[in-house]
Amino acid sequence: MADASPERDSPAKPRLLSDPKFRALVFQIIASITVAAFIFFIVRNTLTNMESRGISTGFGFLDRASGFGILQSLIEYNETSTYGRTFLVGLLNTILVSVLGVFFATIIGFIMGVLRLSSNWLISKLAATYIEIFRNIPLLLQIFFWYYAIGFNLPGPRQAMSVGDSLFLSNRGLYIPAPVFESGFMATGLAIIASIVAVIILARWARKRFEATGQLFHTVYASLAILIGVPAVVFFATGAPMHLDYPSLQGFNFQGGVAIIPELFALVLALSIYTAAFIAETVRSGIQAVSHGQTEAASALGLRPGWILRLVVIPQAMRVIIPPLTSQYLNLTKNSSLAAAIGYPDLVAVFAGTTLNQTGQAVEIIAITMSVYLVLSLIISIFMNWYNAKMALRER
Amino acid sequence: MSHDFAPLPDLPPPAASVGVIGWLRRNLFSNTINSLLTLFAIYLLATLLPPLLNWLFFDADWIGDSRDACTSGGACWVFISARFSTFMYGFFPENETWRINLIYIALIACMAPLFIESFRHKVKLGVFVIFVFPIFGFILLFGGVFGLEQTETSQWGGLTLTLLLASVGCVAALPLGIMLALGRQATNMPAVKSMCVLFIEFWRGVPLITVLFMSSVMLPLFLPEGVSFDKLLRALIGITLFQSAYIAEVVRGGLQAIPKGQYEAADALGLSYWKKMGLIILPQAMKIVIPGIVNTFIALFKDTTLVIIVGLLDVLGMVQNALNDPNWLGYSTEGYVFTAFVFWIFCFSMSRYSQALERKLHTGHKR
Repeated sequence: MADASPERDSPAKPRLLSDPKFRALVFQIIASITVAAFIFFIVRNTLTNMESRGISTGFGFLDRASGFGILQSLIEYNETSTYGRTFLVGLLNTILVSVLGVFFATIIGFIMGVLRLSSNWLISKLAATYIEIFRNIPLLLQIFFWYYAIGFNLPGPRQAMSVGDSLFLSNRGLYIPAPVFESGFMATGLAIIASIVAVIILARWARKRFEATGQLFHTVYASLAILIGVPAVVFFATGAPMHLDYPSLQGFNFQGGVAIIPELFALVLALSIYTAAFIAETVRSGIQAVSHGQTEAASALGLRPGWILRLVVIPQAMRVIIPPLTSQYLNLTKNSSLAAAIGYPDLVAVFAGTTLNQTGQAVEIIAITMSVYLVLSLIISIFMNWYNAKMALRER
Repeated sequence: MSHDFAPLPDLPPPAASVGVIGWLRRNLFSNTINSLLTLFAIYLLATLLPPLLNWLFFDADWIGDSRDACTSGGACWVFISARFSTFMYGFFPENETWRINLIYIALIACMAPLFIESFRHKVKLGVFVIFVFPIFGFILLFGGVFGLEQTETSQWGGLTLTLLLASVGCVAALPLGIMLALGRQATNMPAVKSMCVLFIEFWRGVPLITVLFMSSVMLPLFLPEGVSFDKLLRALIGITLFQSAYIAEVVRGGLQAIPKGQYEAADALGLSYWKKMGLIILPQAMKIVIPGIVNTFIALFKDTTLVIIVGLLDVLGMVQNALNDPNWLGYSTEGYVFTAFVFWIFCFSMSRYSQALERKLHTGHKR
């Protein structure tokens, strides 16, 4: 009998419910609807609640006068400024703390990470002690310690600790000399930019010549000579148009110079010390990740120890170090928000704190604050990913 | 005329390369720079350590019950001992503190077998500690049943609150984190995947302090009228959501580390998605990620100090609170050193535990 139907040969069609594609689609639709319903529920509740509590909505408050002063601001600010300007002051202060923190944490972290691997037993153990102590204590506690326990117990301005009568550390903060630029300083500024460009061109040329002919050109000394010499010559030729404004004690406090308020000082100190302990561990593991074979091969080729470090170990270690280093920078930026706890006027303190209390517009303010941190995180990630791609191993 | 060959006995190694002198030469004075560094480090220790030790121990006041006992110029540990119970239990009713102690003892008794190598029911016990124990702890802490006096969450504080926030945050975030990690790995469901990625990256991109601000001022607005959450519960919700994103990333690392063959073998056996994950992938992945989860727990444990911002008094909050007491003004250093010591003990031992686990699970080439 030849009634073999063509269906017999093709595999049995699965039931619709067992089809993975169909199931995935159904599951996604259910999940999307659930999330959308949840968001709708929250938004509706929020709107009714805000209406019943008489909270106004919208971003109009950003144009209203704030009516409160801020301890430290990088741009001009007073009580009559708007909330929008408050936001800007807070944002700039957050960026200032983050940049200072990243700078110092990187320096301390790299030094400590290298010392941790020192062949000197005592130095290595001291670095390990530093790392283990500061990594395992909450950052907020460290900020409190530097601010309340150390900062408050510093001597007053009259008995301030000073270095060469130009740096003063007291319970009013750290005072450092401020550079005052006079009219003719423009020429020196241009000279600095020109010399940086010249050094970059020189380095490119030296590298090209090295790759073409194998002849080394010691760019280090030449660059230093250009970088320091040219601006110095221009500076003195134009009659030294800059002087330092030294802080001096007048009445109950210092006048002149740059004042670093105790809140900023404690915050940057705690942030750098805390993050540096993590960076040190990152640097240590990065250097240890370069296999011994590489160091041994380099010394078999007759490279000197300094060259081995510079040409073989560090370029390879950097590849391992950069991704975790990025996340440490991100952590530092986010942790700078702890400023609110000691009253340093960062974004969270002046905007999510004072402005929120005065206007009551929680939703808008928290949303703005969170998006600022998201954007900051994004910028740091993009920059570090670009740097990482530049440093990454290029295979064939 | 046979002449037996008798070698002379070995000469001892040069005195300068063995023993104490050899160790010193190798490790401290191997070259000029090292010697200078060593001398500098010894100078640093010699100037810093004696005053520090004097302040901490030798000149410190240990016994007494008011600040009058602190006369010797060193640290005033009397401050700590006088306020010790608030640092540990917060404002918990004094004759009910046995309940907190009982939780601690029971927890230690439950956890101890997990560290015994030959104990065979580790997984079952672990599941019990994570999912059943919190109920027991909550009943004891909150009371109101079995004749236990009911307590207010505002009375919970000190180290108890710190541990509560960290452990509840971590335990509650674990299932959510695993779900998010699985969702992020679900390449055949782009909608689910992108929602998970958004959720994870959002919480990882914002600082915990803004999350706490949000949970304390925005969460009440999210709820239907008439429903309100306790201050502690609001903070816990914020911490849990925040922590789940971090756990999700750790778990994702574990899922990615499982060889593709395992997934394919499970599929070939005809296992459903949940059976494949629950029986084959997750048991292997979770084992690898334990050190990572311990590390996120340490980070969370340190971050719980931030609840002070929303007015909850954890151990640091209690110390800050005690420092404002007019009877104990000016002992901030002692308070902070004590708190730092408490946190350090917890974090350091946990990080050592996670490192030991990592070494145990790591079977690569070491040199």
